[in-house]
Amino acid sequence: MFLARILKHDRGGQLFLLTLLAVLIVVPILNGLPADHALHLSTYTVTLLGKYLTYALLAIAVDLVWGYLGILTLGHAAFFAIGGYAMGMYLMRQIGERGVYGNPLLPDFMVFLNWQELPWFWHGFDQFWFAALMVFLAPGLLAFVFGWLAFRSRVTGVYLSIITQALTYALMLAFFRNEMGFGGNNGLTDFKDIFGYSLQADSTRIGLFIASGLALGLGYLACRALVKSRLGRVAVAIRDTEDRARFIGYKVEHVKLAIFTFSAMLAGLAGALYVPQVGIINPGEFSPLNSIEVVIWVAMGGRATLYGAVLGAIGVNYAKTWFTAAFPEIWLFALGGLFVLVTLLLPRGIVGLWRRKQESAS
Amino acid sequence: MSAVQEFFRRDRVFDFMVPKVVDGLDLSHGTVLYMEDVSVAFDGFKAINNLNFYVNAGELRCLIGPNGAGKTTMMDIITGKTRPDTGTCWFGARMNLLQMSEPEIARAGIGRKFQKPTVFEYHSVFENLELSMAGPKGVWRTLRARLSALDHERIDEVLELIGLSDEAQRLAGALSHGQKQWLEIGMLLMQNPLLLLVDEPAAGMTHQEMDRTVELLTSLAGEHSVVVVEHDMDFVRALNSRVTVLHQGSVLAEGNMDQVQNDPKVVEVYLGE
Repeated sequence: MFLARILKHDRGGQLFLLTLLAVLIVVPILNGLPADHALHLSTYTVTLLGKYLTYALLAIAVDLVWGYLGILTLGHAAFFAIGGYAMGMYLMRQIGERGVYGNPLLPDFMVFLNWQELPWFWHGFDQFWFAALMVFLAPGLLAFVFGWLAFRSRVTGVYLSIITQALTYALMLAFFRNEMGFGGNNGLTDFKDIFGYSLQADSTRIGLFIASGLALGLGYLACRALVKSRLGRVAVAIRDTEDRARFIGYKVEHVKLAIFTFSAMLAGLAGALYVPQVGIINPGEFSPLNSIEVVIWVAMGGRATLYGAVLGAIGVNYAKTWFTAAFPEIWLFALGGLFVLVTLLLPRGIVGLWRRKQESAS
Repeated sequence: MSAVQEFFRRDRVFDFMVPKVVDGLDLSHGTVLYMEDVSVAFDGFKAINNLNFYVNAGELRCLIGPNGAGKTTMMDIITGKTRPDTGTCWFGARMNLLQMSEPEIARAGIGRKFQKPTVFEYHSVFENLELSMAGPKGVWRTLRARLSALDHERIDEVLELIGLSDEAQRLAGALSHGQKQWLEIGMLLMQNPLLLLVDEPAAGMTHQEMDRTVELLTSLAGEHSVVVVEHDMDFVRALNSRVTVLHQGSVLAEGNMDQVQNDPKVVEVYLGE
């Protein structure tokens, strides 16, 4: 019932969800085939796909605030990274005595820094439920405080974009420092297992891949439900004519704050699923460039469609993987060129092509 | 000594004793809007200068004046967009507009149409009206909102009134200029406002459209109080209402169109051009 209601008239979304379901079923099967089989999919590829899925979830989060609310966020990778750090802290605590220094309580980098006890904010992360809660709460709280200050002062447009960029840059500088207690330059790495399953095992990799796919599907549905609700229509109204929405009686700041915070939580979830698959989280994830790249994915796929963001994220990252292997020097030029081309020729992104065809047919 | 006298003034209440936001509008004195001694300056330029302005319940009032007379600034003050330097501004006898935010003022019952027609271009006409509907506007309530049969009825009623029933499913951005103006008035009506501030409704309209707008605004008066700012003198004459002339931020003259037009002061600054 609920699904039928929110996915009605959403052909692209239906197609995307069906494809996602098929991929989630087929990929583990192909991975299970014997290694010399022609269709065998290596575990490396599965993990790579899992990584793309978390990127896609991040892209959906950005599309929600940029496409539907009109906030061009250039700092969403910060929420992604914070979610990742929360997961990383849990994984660090799971290492226990197996670290290089064999300290049962302190992660290696703390022993190396001659720390005697665990900092207060590392307590509780040995419990998965606590870490899982923090995956949502930490980015959510940051987004809430940041948004409350920014939206209340009616900072909009390019100024807001610049502040979000400054936010992620400041966080990057902070996380680079050893005394912050997050592993400094090296970040958190050398993870051993999750829920007691080895992170190197194929079955764990498959599990993480499926979890990423489910998170992406559910994240899509949640965003779609939001967009289809009256709140979603108010968001678009704010995007197009903020003053009108205000004079009609909507508290624009509250709407922005709620959706921005929700989006940050989604980004945090994506980060938390990303970290165990790539095996490391370091301050580089806060780099302003990362946030800008996400915006490019969304612009390429097509803004304000949600599934377009997924398409853009996966497409660009696939191209990146291919290019950086085949022609490593020219990847950035290729990305820049693609972006220019899409902006000039396809202002509505790749899905805009299909939509235009549909509209001219009807 | 004068400070003490100021302190003991019998026609004022101490500021801290004035209730901030009161539920329900007190119209027992028959006046819906009071603006008294209002002044506001931008970088030394006095946009509004000791303005006194009253609107009666159910009245249709036209506001005219040359460019820079302070008409739009006055609307900004009433709707909470601009705060005056001095003066008081009351909605009914008990609601202090200077203490309320823009959404609070809108929900209390003051609707505003902008000079440039502003509708939600990427929503259909129907959705534009749906979003403007009176009712709870909090984030959570909006997320869970569903259209009831009563809501549908109310939207259809307003669609009929503004003559856009056939365009209900069209995107608002695809409407003509005049239709957008009507839609915006319809959006105000959805909020059941007591006071409508309408900034230049006739701008860019054909004669037929203007006649329809006159009809629409006249039919609204009575149930709502309507303040119309307009430059087009034919339009103002057609509305056949009380006219207030603003000049340099204060009221120059007030009366019906003929009185105002024959007022030598008005002729000098405005109509005589």
